[in-house]
Amino acid sequence: MLLSDTSRAAIKDLLFRMADDCLILGHRNSEWVGIGPVLEEDIAFASIAQDKLGHALSLYTILHEYLGDQDADTLAFMRPEGQFKCCHLVEIPTQEYDIALVRHFLFDTADRLRFEMLASSSFEPLAQLARKIKGEITYHTMHANAFLRQLSRGSEEARFRMQSALNEVYPLALGIFEPSEFEEVLAQEGIFAGEVALEKRWQETIIPILEQAGLMVSIGAEATLGGRKGYHTEHLSPLLEEMSEVFVVDPTAEW
Amino acid sequence: MSVIQSLDPRITRALLSEEPETSQLVSNELFETYEVFHQAKTGARHTHVGSVHAPNAEMAYLFAKEQFGRRMTTTSLWVTRTTDIFTTNEDAELYITASAPEKEYRNANIWKVREKIDRFKKEQLNTISPQENE
Repeated sequence: MLLSDTSRAAIKDLLFRMADDCLILGHRNSEWVGIGPVLEEDIAFASIAQDKLGHALSLYTILHEYLGDQDADTLAFMRPEGQFKCCHLVEIPTQEYDIALVRHFLFDTADRLRFEMLASSSFEPLAQLARKIKGEITYHTMHANAFLRQLSRGSEEARFRMQSALNEVYPLALGIFEPSEFEEVLAQEGIFAGEVALEKRWQETIIPILEQAGLMVSIGAEATLGGRKGYHTEHLSPLLEEMSEVFVVDPTAEW
Repeated sequence: MSVIQSLDPRITRALLSEEPETSQLVSNELFETYEVFHQAKTGARHTHVGSVHAPNAEMAYLFAKEQFGRRMTTTSLWVTRTTDIFTTNEDAELYITASAPEKEYRNANIWKVREKIDRFKKEQLNTISPQENE
């Protein structure tokens, strides 16, 4: 595969955003293992977290095999915070399950639509991955949609908490679509139609589901930006430290 | 109030009291059980594999998918409310094996037909083949 320097840089930027999102959210969701609300949901949510880590692994592996980056473990555990391209949405700490579920809904819908768009990408390794994980991601959004509907139609307290969580998380979710300097290249080369197109599809998808659930997003909410450029919340650094604690003891160890 | 200090950083962060409050479950906090039926390949029968707790069928399906669809090849799952399965308390009494052992002949399993067929075939072979050789 022959790639110009600009398209290489563009693809790398896109892959790091996606991989870092999946890795950090996978780690955050895994924090619910063993303390989830009911046994069955504990297992389901843990399984979704594990899928996310798997997607991160696949994306880092593409960076390693096709774009000359280091291996997946090194990329995941050894990079300094400033090199991470994840959005702030995935960084905020695990607090209550309402926040976890609303984040899960908003992020995974975007994730599903992004991979759907990438299934026809001209960058074949990414297109292949998108087709391969379609089933997993479909389940993730099925799970998220069902919870959103259930809880929002439940007791008054449940609906209130889902709405409060949405108010808190929505501006962070808008940060998923922080444009990169490579939008034009990606679109021209048929690699990815871009963050603006993705956000439009995302809005068209989430609004009817939120309406069904009786939830509203605040009009005119401003996106929380910076993550894609390496500026992060104060929560990312402790997460990275905890996540890589074992790996950095001996990075060359064979597992 | 003292807070639980755990080796698991998540537990410490959760600021849990060492003397937890106790509370009573109210009725809608208790989920119903749903029975799960699993199909391993298209066209095969669905086999009962276990049960999950869930507030409704949709959630039961979501949970069943992870409990039972994750570790084995799965083409389809069914879930049904446990209480929707019709059965009777007299179940065991209704069947021959329990109530009338002398009618065991009705039980198809006790007929060891295969053995009889094999024995018959062998006999036929022994009686026919010598003649053919002549």
